[in-house]
Amino acid sequence: MATNNGLVYLIALPLFSALILLLAGRRADKWGHLLGTLASAGSFGVGLFQLSEMLGRSTESRPVTQKLFSWISVGSFNVDAALALDQLSICFVLLITGVGTLIHIYSISYMSHDLDRRRFFAYLNLFIAAMLLLVLGNSYLNLYVGWEGVGLASYLLIGFWNQKPAYATASKKAFVMNRIGDMGLSFAIMICFASLGTVSFEGVEEASHSASEATMTAIGLMLLVAAVGKSAQFPLQAWLGDAMAGPTPVSALIHAATMVTAGVYLIVRSDFVFDAAPNAQLAVAIVGAITLMFGAIIGTAKDDIKKALAASTMSQIGYMILGAGLGPAGYAFAIMHLLTHGFFKAGMFLGAGSVMHGMNDEVNMRKYGNLRKFMPITFITFGLGYLAIIGIPPFAGFYSKDMIIETALNAGGAKGIILGGAALLGAGLTAFYMTRVIILTFTSNERWDENQHPHESPVLMWLPMAILAIGSVTTGFLFTRGDALVNWLSPLFEVHEHHEELLPPIVVSGLALTMVAIGVAIAVIKYQLSEIDRVAPAKVTIFTRIARRDLLQDDVNEALFMRPGQALTSALVKVDDLVIDGAIRGIGRATLGSGSALRGTQTGFARSYAALIVLGALALLVAIWVITQ
Amino acid sequence: MNPNNYLYFAALLFTIGAVGVVVRRNAIVVFMCIELMLNACNLTLVTFSRINGDLNGQVVAFFTMVVAACEVVVGLAIIVTIYRSRRSASIDDASLLKR
Repeated sequence: MATNNGLVYLIALPLFSALILLLAGRRADKWGHLLGTLASAGSFGVGLFQLSEMLGRSTESRPVTQKLFSWISVGSFNVDAALALDQLSICFVLLITGVGTLIHIYSISYMSHDLDRRRFFAYLNLFIAAMLLLVLGNSYLNLYVGWEGVGLASYLLIGFWNQKPAYATASKKAFVMNRIGDMGLSFAIMICFASLGTVSFEGVEEASHSASEATMTAIGLMLLVAAVGKSAQFPLQAWLGDAMAGPTPVSALIHAATMVTAGVYLIVRSDFVFDAAPNAQLAVAIVGAITLMFGAIIGTAKDDIKKALAASTMSQIGYMILGAGLGPAGYAFAIMHLLTHGFFKAGMFLGAGSVMHGMNDEVNMRKYGNLRKFMPITFITFGLGYLAIIGIPPFAGFYSKDMIIETALNAGGAKGIILGGAALLGAGLTAFYMTRVIILTFTSNERWDENQHPHESPVLMWLPMAILAIGSVTTGFLFTRGDALVNWLSPLFEVHEHHEELLPPIVVSGLALTMVAIGVAIAVIKYQLSEIDRVAPAKVTIFTRIARRDLLQDDVNEALFMRPGQALTSALVKVDDLVIDGAIRGIGRATLGSGSALRGTQTGFARSYAALIVLGALALLVAIWVITQ
Repeated sequence: MNPNNYLYFAALLFTIGAVGVVVRRNAIVVFMCIELMLNACNLTLVTFSRINGDLNGQVVAFFTMVVAACEVVVGLAIIVTIYRSRRSASIDDASLLKR
């Protein structure tokens, strides 16, 4: 691989900006947000420059690398802190810095009333730097550093308003659940090191051809655990809904467009592992299918606009994971959906932020209604994102989601039918819950609280939304024109021959659109054409109630892990108290007791000491005599 | 003459000394009893030297004498000092060490 010494600037710019903003403190309050935005934009500029350079090279010489320093060097095991940029990472670099910059711009206005805006921008920059390190690292160990970095940034930003205990708890919950995934990643690295002797992507890829399938399955499953944690997939999905406690730009950037898709990146990056471990690959697809249904069902029952979008994110990442679990046929489509989703979901989150901005931070959609009249730009940008996510041609989501559904259906046999069926059903559910969001927020009758004066957001807020909306309209078309993205990424994957198709693509598209139409129709009948209560109806079926409780995810976690964990902890505390502390205290007490007992011998009378010495000498003599006899 | 007799004699001397130390109160007498024990030890050392036919025991006996002489100097000084301040040479009176 060729060397390119410019890669480090991608990370260095936001990282140094974050450092300056954090260290300068209040002095930077006046210009902190500008520096943060500039750093992110500068990084985006470097990314564009790298893309143009890459486009100028032939396919084989596109990947470049840069060694920063020698990190670990023990015997024959060497890990460099090194960056690598190839066709896959450049997609991420541009998504992270591009969407990131837009969200920085949005936040200038959105956070303008917050006293801690500078700190907010410092964290955002820290996140951008960590996320870039994650996608640029050339080994699992380098990726791990970025992986932990984004976890930290996510924690800091979810709990940005940690003066509210519920928000602080949400950030802790996200962090703890992410730790489970991180453990999976560290196990994967350890298995790589122990059985393959290397942790670099190149090294593991080389070793994957000769390693046993069991080893690769173990690595694959551990990587899946990591992806499940970071990407809020079943069964570690419960943190994402609570993560909406963070400011809305954070939800747009970290919990919709970039960080939560790191799991998809990890799986696609480790294609060689999963290609060598079909069982792990199947597990990936199953997790994806379960989550896409899971998220979609939760999405249908949420009244909080951000939580509805969060459930939708979970579901859409389920699609990506499903695509990544379909092997070489699906990797490119997973990435395509990731990129288009980055545009339309970030755009919709910013739209939700704009609505909240105009409605005094009200998040309950049942207290919205008819906002299209008062927020036309927000309505249009949100609407374009909506058309993209439910998959109406020619909007972005149509291309990417259709491709995943098609690939799933063509996976062959019962597997294909089940996975494809889930994806199709999910498409219908997506259409239903997103239509519900649109109707409740923008088109139905007004159900506001008194003293609400909805108004359109300032230009700094709607401009990023508009750019993202343009992205949601065009990207799908651009990516699929002449299979552009697939051809771009294909040198990285071992593409196999197309196998037999279960259904022709046009039929799949027709089926998906039918599902979407049904979903939209049900939502329109249920919400547009009938009265909506200002409070969620209480007399509902048990299924609705379960869906409102996030399909009992918290109850299950509480019953299975939290309460036994608490019981275990308190039992351990008791053991600590009684056994360990008891032993220590016992030693102390024994010393004290024997001391005070022996103190009786210290009379101060020289003659009694002498007598004791004589007796002791006699006892010694007797003992020697007994032993030698 | 059987050298063991010297050993029996030394044991007797030592026992007298030990009992004296424990039983008597007068510091001077206790002191003399200690000397008795030391000399009993010296006697055993010399006897063993004789039994083994070398000079080691005798050399050690000289050491013991030197130490005993030093001890007498220091010990008598202490006793005299205590007597001056307390007007008593009873070692049971000098039991302040406990406090």
